[in-house]
Amino acid sequence: MSLSPDDVKRIARLARIEIDDAQSQATQGQLNTIFDLIATMQAVDTRGIAPMAHAQEVYQRLREDAVTESDRHAAFQAIAPAVENGLYLVPKVIE
Amino acid sequence: MTPSCQVDNAMSETSLSALAAQLAARQVSSRELAQQYLDRIAALNPSLNAFITVDAGRTLAEAAAADALIASGNAGPLAGVPIAHKDIFCTDGWLTTCGSKMLSNFIAPYDAHVIQRFKAAGMPSLGKTNMDEFAMGSSNETSYFGAVKNPWDMTRVPGGSSGGAAACVAARMAPAATGTDTGGSIRQPAAFTGITGLKPTYGLVSRYGMIAFASSLDQAGPMAPSAEDCALLLNVMTGFDPNDSTSLERDKEDYARDLQKPLSGLRVGLPKEFFATGLNNEVAAAVDAAVAELKKLGATTVEISLANSKLAIPVYYVLAPAEASSNLSRFDGVRYGHRAPEYADLNDMYSKTRAQGFGAEVKRRIMIGAYVLSHGYYDAYYLQAQKIRRLIADDFNEAFKACDVILGPTAPGTAFKLGEKSDDPVEMYLNDLYTIPANLAGLPGMSLPCGFDRQGLPIGLQLVGNYFSEAKMLNVAHQYQCVTDWHARQPEGL
Repeated sequence: MSLSPDDVKRIARLARIEIDDAQSQATQGQLNTIFDLIATMQAVDTRGIAPMAHAQEVYQRLREDAVTESDRHAAFQAIAPAVENGLYLVPKVIE
Repeated sequence: MTPSCQVDNAMSETSLSALAAQLAARQVSSRELAQQYLDRIAALNPSLNAFITVDAGRTLAEAAAADALIASGNAGPLAGVPIAHKDIFCTDGWLTTCGSKMLSNFIAPYDAHVIQRFKAAGMPSLGKTNMDEFAMGSSNETSYFGAVKNPWDMTRVPGGSSGGAAACVAARMAPAATGTDTGGSIRQPAAFTGITGLKPTYGLVSRYGMIAFASSLDQAGPMAPSAEDCALLLNVMTGFDPNDSTSLERDKEDYARDLQKPLSGLRVGLPKEFFATGLNNEVAAAVDAAVAELKKLGATTVEISLANSKLAIPVYYVLAPAEASSNLSRFDGVRYGHRAPEYADLNDMYSKTRAQGFGAEVKRRIMIGAYVLSHGYYDAYYLQAQKIRRLIADDFNEAFKACDVILGPTAPGTAFKLGEKSDDPVEMYLNDLYTIPANLAGLPGMSLPCGFDRQGLPIGLQLVGNYFSEAKMLNVAHQYQCVTDWHARQPEGL
């Protein structure tokens, strides 16, 4: 398998990372080397093997449906790039 | 306090138990001790770059509080002993960068669980240590804040990603440090700098407030000169935390309880795959000598096979980037961290923010992750990797029927030159050949010093134990350190 420069741009778009032509050229070579390494696992016969998502077989804990957090609104927004009236500001998305 | 070695081997006066004894006997105050380390940091950090943030005022205030705790008579065993924290742990009021431009302005609004634990134990923070960006690297060269130098040779890397933690302990700028290990990030830098480091069983230490890289693999652990130090730190760090959904509910253990046990009857498994081609001769010789030492202490050896371990690197470079691409999607310039100064619309703001905020290696891994999770590739990459992950874990389960602990090298070589591998990602990845399998299986692993190569660079020995066998591994490491002094050696000229 080999990625083309267009593939690299598509992946970058999926990952929301701006990339220019020169960078996608350089990245293409590096990603292809890495995918060559990854490809070595394709030869392994894994029929009948259950995928392992996690090291421990743990169940999802439940807790009482009760408020456990205090209001830290101001502290969290103090480190935000742009806020107004308690809201996070982003460029307008709906006209 | 923990008993030290039955055989005295010039254990350093700066061991955690020795420092704790001096504090308890009022021979030194926590403030005085913290100041001594701050002075050493001020003298050495400009050349080593092991710390990203040092804040003497905060450190001394925490030390003064520790002195008050000791005076009250309610102090825990390590109260007053200072420690350095990897800059991956959110620390209330401290800059917490994760080695990235993306978080270069991020003052954490809360403490990670690990930080809460050390604060509750009365252990002042000496500062935040340098690291590979978002813990993605094996040399500390991907840090936005510059590479860390290896105290044994300033032209070489300290390993990574916990490179600052390793360097600051090796240079005795801190008596101990916290680290995190996703594919070897505690053990490989410990090996490269001649210190001891342990990655616990997955789930023993809470990940709450530890900036996530690959959540099914990430685990925090202690880094210090000796196994005894690591045991005492593990007593502080471990324990159930409802804020981490994968935190394990288990009875509290004393990880120092078995340090003094003799090793007679210990069965040491030697995986033939870890002694095959690619292993540096001097590293192999030092590991062989350590095996001989353990045999003198009564251990027996058995050859085992971890046949699928050769697939650990490809499997890891599917799973870890896949999890990272999801975890790092939170860095979008909206709620915290860097935001691009100029952009056309919302998507442009995300894309420019992330292009500017992330370094090259982090971008590569996010892109690999986005690709292997994308439509049409999920089964071939992500699912296949998860299946092989199980084969790797099964190999360990089989091996532990024949042995109590698995032993091998931590890394294929010793510390390499700065810049030597930074242009070749795959060459860099191969460094974690022996450490990644334990992360995939969720098993505890540790590295301890076992010698030096001809260039005077430290060599690391790795132990991998069965689930929850940390006390046994620390027992083996401590008994080895009672009859050797590799861990007590310090770099000259600092």
